[in-house]
Formats: sequence, structure tokens, C-alpha cells
Amino acid sequence: MGKKKKEVDDRFKRFGTVSFTSITKINDFIDYLDQGKIMGTRCKECGLFFFPPRADCHNCFSSDMEWVEVSGTGKLITYSKLEFAPIGFGDDLPYAIAVLDYGEHKIFGRIAEDVPEDEIRVGMEMTTKVNTLPNGQLNYVFHKA
Amino acid sequence: MGKVGIIGVGQSSFVRGYPGSIRELAFEGFKDAMQDAGIPTKDIDASIICSAPEYDKQRSPAGVFAEYLGLVPQPTCYLESLCSSSSMGLRFAYSLVKSGLHDVVAVIGFQKMSEISSAESQERMGRGADIQWESPFGTMMPAYYAMYARGHMGQYGTTLEDLALIRVKAATYGQINEKAVYRRPVTFDMFSDPESPMSNPVANPLRVGDCCANADGSSCVIVANEEKTRAFSKKPVWILGLGAASTTVNLAGRDLFSGLTVAQAAGEEAYKMAGITAKDIDVAEVHDCFTIAEMMAYENLGFAKPGEGKELIRAKETYKEGSIPVNVDGGLLSKGHPIGATGGSQIRTIVLQLRGEAGEMQVKDPEIGLVHNIGGVGLYGNVSILGR
Repeated sequence: MGKKKKEVDDRFKRFGTVSFTSITKINDFIDYLDQGKIMGTRCKECGLFFFPPRADCHNCFSSDMEWVEVSGTGKLITYSKLEFAPIGFGDDLPYAIAVLDYGEHKIFGRIAEDVPEDEIRVGMEMTTKVNTLPNGQLNYVFHKA
Repeated sequence: MGKVGIIGVGQSSFVRGYPGSIRELAFEGFKDAMQDAGIPTKDIDASIICSAPEYDKQRSPAGVFAEYLGLVPQPTCYLESLCSSSSMGLRFAYSLVKSGLHDVVAVIGFQKMSEISSAESQERMGRGADIQWESPFGTMMPAYYAMYARGHMGQYGTTLEDLALIRVKAATYGQINEKAVYRRPVTFDMFSDPESPMSNPVANPLRVGDCCANADGSSCVIVANEEKTRAFSKKPVWILGLGAASTTVNLAGRDLFSGLTVAQAAGEEAYKMAGITAKDIDVAEVHDCFTIAEMMAYENLGFAKPGEGKELIRAKETYKEGSIPVNVDGGLLSKGHPIGATGGSQIRTIVLQLRGEAGEMQVKDPEIGLVHNIGGVGLYGNVSILGR
């Protein structure tokens, strides 16, 4: 029997401007991004919700997870606009990274490019939406609610 | 089981573009500490080599250093917790000595950051955060700490002027520290002068002047049991308390954005072990990788109440003559921050202060000193309390 090359599921390499991970058990996250959905995982055993999604529950050691869509709005806790970027991200400048508080969980991401800087206020309500980057990669960004 | 002491401290000068290899760099800090301790190398029972990984071609630097420094056949290993690696090294050396497994242990910290460009370095440091869920957004250390700065300013009314005052203090002492990489003065007015590089934005609200200088350097701390400490050291300095903590890597897992929980937890643990409170500290080294980091340290360590750190710097209470002198060696901001070497350098400063050997930087007659050393974006925290 000839050796057949095993197919590698490396969907996660499409996440972010530059992805540093390609193989992970939560690769379905990328398919959901393709559908415009941002998903976390919930442990079917103990009910703990995770964002970012994870394959394993540290609370009860179960790996039986279900996907749950992140919806509604979150409060902007803090942000920073970068004037310099690490290698590989220079073409994106300037951009702002931020944290949104959804109550049950928080999301780390970027503020959408079209939100004017003078309209950004800590405490403002924002929503998280899937975004396609100029290089074809996928991420999620925060828009004014 | 007896006390654990520090019998030797040393560091290389912190420089840009060290003209040598990492083993040669490590030699400088080690030699300085061994000459300070005044013992032969054969008396070192084990070594712990500390740095943040991925700056060097050399994998597993411990073996190479042990050979170059004459520390074979004694056991050696590599240990890292990013920027707090050598404080974590002190913690492990303490446990090795306290357990009786070894009598004397050398903690050697180093970093040669100049092997790579500044942008590459930012990328490496950024990958000390969550590479799966944060780094793909284009993160770097100044931006992370900028998010804490915004959190602190929003909650407590801390201003960019307050942060500038911290940099001015650092530069005051960087100028008189022969080992510092940045020895020029920094004035308050530079932060409002568009012509000055200090005022240039990096990741708002932080400016160039708010950020520490990358540097190459090495440090070494020789830890010994009570018997050896009394035998070798004319002015013994003892490890009175140690604290360490971690938190979630991803900022999305955190609740506090105006302080570092790891510093609070490590501080409490160290104070408890030493049987003292913040009021008993006579001199401190805190991890001022950014100006906001020193501001938060004042509060997280109990030198000031939450939100009142700005009063300390406005009143110059953290200057050499103040009620709680902090980073009177220039700190990371001016002395420089060769990641793995930083903790050992901070420990060295406090040991010299307690012995009364800090020269022009000497604080008046300190008895108890504290080292606060943070790894990553408030990811790892180590607090070490030393006393005479």
C-alpha cells in the first residue's frame, strides 16, 4: 500500500493579520467566522462558557463542548491606538486594540477602522462583528452599537 | 532550617549592541558577582540560567554557560518567566538552599536583545502574550500597558503629566548609574515638545518617554545557606520574604485594568512571609517597564492607596530623599531592560543599598528593601523582600 499523505486541518491559519497557530481543536471557529458568526464554547457537563472558545473544560475536565454565538453588546473597558506595529502588521497601521466587557465574558480584539478616534469613549456600548482583512484573513472588530 | 542569604551580586553594564556572544555577556555579570562574593567557583553547587526565550540561536543556554563559567559538573538548568525570570530564579534558588539540597546556588540572568531588530523584538515580546487569540490582532507590549494606563487614568484621574514625572525621576538616577544604558537627562518639558522624541506617540496614551529602553545585559545573584552566608559575607543580606503569582494570559480573562493582580498577590505573600507591612520598606526596586507600571506598583504594593500613586510622585516621595525611594538606580526606564537580567539587577541594587554600598545612589541607612519584578503583561509577578 502506498503511503497516503494525511490531510492536515489547518484552518486556524486564516485567523488575524498574521496567525501564529494553524492546528487547533477549535478550528470550526473559522467556519463560523466565514458565516459571519463569532462563537464561544460552553461545557456540556458543567455549563461553563468560554470566550475565546476552548476544546477542554478546566473546571470538570470534560471535552464535550457546544458552540454558542456571542451576541448583544459589550462595554468598552480600555483600548490603545498603535503608531508602531510588530513585524507583519505594519500595513494595518494605525489600528486600535481593545477589550469589550459582555458581563459573562470579555472579548479582546480591534476597534473597527471606520470608528473615528474622537468618538471612542471608555464605557461606550459596542458590538463585535466578523471582518475580512485586506490580505484575505479573518478577524473580528468592534463597532459602535 | 536556617535563613537564606545573598552573598554576591553583580551585573554587566546595560548597553545597546553588546560586542560579544551571550556566553561572554553572562561572564560579565557572573564575574562581578563572584568578585563581590569572594569565593572560588567550585563553591557554587548549582546554577540557574534565566532569560526570556527566542532571542538567541543557542537553545538550552544553561549547558553552554556552565561550561564557559567553569560551573561543570554541577547541575544547571534554564528557567524562564519572561521579564521576571531572574526573580523567579531567586525563588527557586531559595528553595534549593532552604531544602538543604544545595549550599550555594548562582542565579544568572541575561538577555542579548540586539541580535534582532526593534520591530522583531516587539513581535517576540508580543508573543509572550496569547499567540492564538491576541497576537493575530498585532499586539505589542507598549500597547498592552497603554491599555492599563487608560484604565488607570480613567478610574483615578491620573494624568500623562504624572507619568512624565516618573520618567524624569528615572532619568535623574540613570545619569548617575554607571551601568545604565540611558544616561541622559529627561525633562518634564520634553513630553510637551513635539521636537523631542520623548513626546512621540507609541501606543496611545503612552509616548516614547514612557517606555523602557531595550538593552543587552547580564546579572548574577549568589544565594547561600545561613552557615555559608555568615562565613563568606561581612555584611549579610537575608531573603526575608518571597511572593509569586500568575493570572490569565488573555486580557479577556481579567477584571482589573488599573492595577496588576499578580503584584498585589505576590506582595501580600512576601509581606506575610517577612512578617512586615509596606510601611517597613525603606527602599524599593519596581518593574517600571513603562511609567504606568511604576505608578501601579506604588499602589499594588501598598506604598499608596489605589488611585493615590500620583500623589507620591507629585510630592517626590519616591525620590532618594523621600519617604519611600523607588528605582533610585534609574529603573528599567533609564538603566535599561535586558529582560532576563532585570530581576537580578534589581536584586543587586537592593543588596548594595542594604550594605550601604550604593555610592551616589545610596538611600539613608535602609534596613529592609523590596524587589517587584513582573513578567509579560502582568502575567507573572514576583516580589522579594530582603533585609540586613
